[in-house]
Amino acid sequence: MNTTTANDTSELLRFATAGSVDDGKSTLIGRLLFDSKQIFEDQLEALERSSDLTGDGRINLANLTDGLRAEREQGITIDVAYRYFATPHRKFIVADAPGHVQYTRNMVTGASTANLMIVLVDARQGIIQQTRRHAYIAALLRIPHLVLCVNKMDLVGYSEKVFSRISTEFTAFATRLDIRDIAFIPVSALNGDNIVEPSTHMPWHKGPPLLRHLEEVYIASDRNLTDARFPVQYIIRPYSDEHHDFRGYAGQLAGGVFRVGDPVVALPSGRASRITGIHTFDGPREVAYAPMSVTLLLADDVDISRGDLLVRPDNLPTLGQDLEADLCWMSERPLQLNGKYALKHATRNTRAIVRLLRHRMNIDTLEPEAAPTLALNDIGRVRLTTLAPLAYDSYRRNRQTGGFILVDEATNETVAAGLIVDPPQVAPQAASDGGYAI
Amino acid sequence: MDTYALSHLEALEAEAIHILREVVAEFQRPVLLFSGGKDSICMLRLAEKAFRPARFPFPLLHIDTGHNFPELLDFRDHRAAELGEKLIVRTVEDALAKGIARATPGESSRNRLQTPTLLAALEEFKFDAALGGARRDEEKARAKERVFSFRDAFGQWDPKNQRPELWNLYNARINPGEHMRVFPLSNWTELDIWQYILREKLDIPSIYFAHRREVVRRDGQWLPVSPLLQPKPREEVRTLDVRVRTIGDISCTGCIESAARNVADIITEIAAARVTERGSRADDKRSETAMEDRKREGYF
Ligand SMILES: Nc1nc2c(ncn2[C@@H]2O[C@H](COP(=O)(O)OP(=O)(O)O)[C@@H](O)[C@H]2O)c(=O)[nH]1
Repeated sequence: MNTTTANDTSELLRFATAGSVDDGKSTLIGRLLFDSKQIFEDQLEALERSSDLTGDGRINLANLTDGLRAEREQGITIDVAYRYFATPHRKFIVADAPGHVQYTRNMVTGASTANLMIVLVDARQGIIQQTRRHAYIAALLRIPHLVLCVNKMDLVGYSEKVFSRISTEFTAFATRLDIRDIAFIPVSALNGDNIVEPSTHMPWHKGPPLLRHLEEVYIASDRNLTDARFPVQYIIRPYSDEHHDFRGYAGQLAGGVFRVGDPVVALPSGRASRITGIHTFDGPREVAYAPMSVTLLLADDVDISRGDLLVRPDNLPTLGQDLEADLCWMSERPLQLNGKYALKHATRNTRAIVRLLRHRMNIDTLEPEAAPTLALNDIGRVRLTTLAPLAYDSYRRNRQTGGFILVDEATNETVAAGLIVDPPQVAPQAASDGGYAI
Repeated sequence: MDTYALSHLEALEAEAIHILREVVAEFQRPVLLFSGGKDSICMLRLAEKAFRPARFPFPLLHIDTGHNFPELLDFRDHRAAELGEKLIVRTVEDALAKGIARATPGESSRNRLQTPTLLAALEEFKFDAALGGARRDEEKARAKERVFSFRDAFGQWDPKNQRPELWNLYNARINPGEHMRVFPLSNWTELDIWQYILREKLDIPSIYFAHRREVVRRDGQWLPVSPLLQPKPREEVRTLDVRVRTIGDISCTGCIESAARNVADIITEIAAARVTERGSRADDKRSETAMEDRKREGYF
């Protein structure tokens, strides 16, 4: 009867939702929570009490997810809200992100950690500019799975024709993007069709309902287990008699697998060593893999500090100070070309100068265009120089070692999300960007 | 490849450890808020996982309202001593005496008074980051709060102007006088907490388990009868087997009828529960936006 229990060995799936205002995003999430029995009596009571606010008298599932007072008053979702629910198969973290253009930055935020994105469209309107923008962001942020939910099917007579027209149009558009896995599901969030149970109104739809898709979509291979990457986060030195010689390199694996005995190289210094132990509070381990948080012990007393990246010598990232990257601009104050920003990449804090804006992306036409700068919610390709060398991968290869943020040093505001792209292949020499330090 | 998978609890644990270490690496004077409640008990275990065999690189701080369950305070002191970590206690009583906090006539709950007491303690020790055990699933306003939640020089949270938080890259930059509240358990649910307590075999205060207690029916809840809360005439008073789901002041913590004798029983009960955790706290019931109002003022 109850579907709320995730047992403690179930997998975690993070998904983001995107749609235009009134496409029914809040209703859809409310429905998922409601039908998987995550809405509790006191929340229902509060919903009933507040339903007058929207005037339509009946319980508004959307109120369950529209959190802040300002949003309640304006009747729109303006910031990413996180929601949680579980079934016996999986535990879900939902990043409910606002849809309008002026909140692109919130969508990017919600999408940055997601395994999957649900893009919602209104069946009566089909694919609109906003839908293309959302799919573009999903592709840009390398979300491995996308679900196009065609909502309000009840308002188009549950028509298969409408659904396949929308699906075909979206497929044609999506071939221009790099999205690995797309599913199409016709739903009515309001009535619960194809949300948890297969819809009796749409027997022509052969695929699973939304919740089952979320439970079953294969995510185990989404992680990068190929490139061993360990950003050193913190050095553990007990300074006690008992642990006199203990010196541990604490951090969370950003990719791949490390084993006791593995040779490692610390970047940027290029110093080599070997893993002599993997320490955890629960005892020593033989192997650690992403995204575990562990403490590595090394053979030599090498000089390694926070911000260094430990990798295996047979699989090196790029090392350099000149990067190509896509920036999602998140501040009211536009990008200052040749201005200095604080940059955080993995565990390294340094500074960067944005030297060149190659183009701004027109996310309606998906065409690059010339632009003098990047303003709030713009996305563009830049070239930047960092003060200290960074050991990085392309974002396409690794979301952790390929992403960074820029921070305004005067206001401390996070102004941009950066996604490192492979440098343009000019000459073999230049492509290695200065070469490795070893 | 499946052998390289993490369960959801392991994934949440790895994330929380990363956040704890990030705070210690990025701030000068962090502190961990420890109340003796179940969330902060998990925080201590996560701190052990993040920093042992070294000592915690921060002290523990409890803001004592003076209206706490005695079981909770005993547990708090015992646990801190057992870990060998430093515990600082600052009391609302003291803050009232010094004029740092001012009571409103007729107000029985001291939850609101914790805020100025906490802010004064942060200032006293020049703490620049306070690690808290709050979860996003507790309440709607929290659902939008960042893991690194910036507070201005007045200790206030501005929900409309939060820093974007991308991947696991936390912006820790602040100016002098400002501070950060950091919530490593942001993505945990009540059930995750209990599953973690079970998995880690953590001790918890006895009041989380069913025990016999005199309670009074008020505002649709059973509240514990204590020197601070005496039944009014014609109120229904019973002696029941109850436990608490979340611990606040003894004057406003609702008890639920329960037969749960151990953590596994509690998990079974929660999985079938029909009332959310904060539904058993009288102070959140006042208005739909009660929590958001308190958070803006700097409540944790
Ligand atoms: N007929 C119908 N109406 C829907 C459906 N889903 C949502 N709505 C209505 O569309 C309106 C906007 O929904 P809401 O969830 O607030 O949209 P959001 O702005 O995307 O969060 C509300 O009046 C909903 O009741 C649906 O499947 N069918």
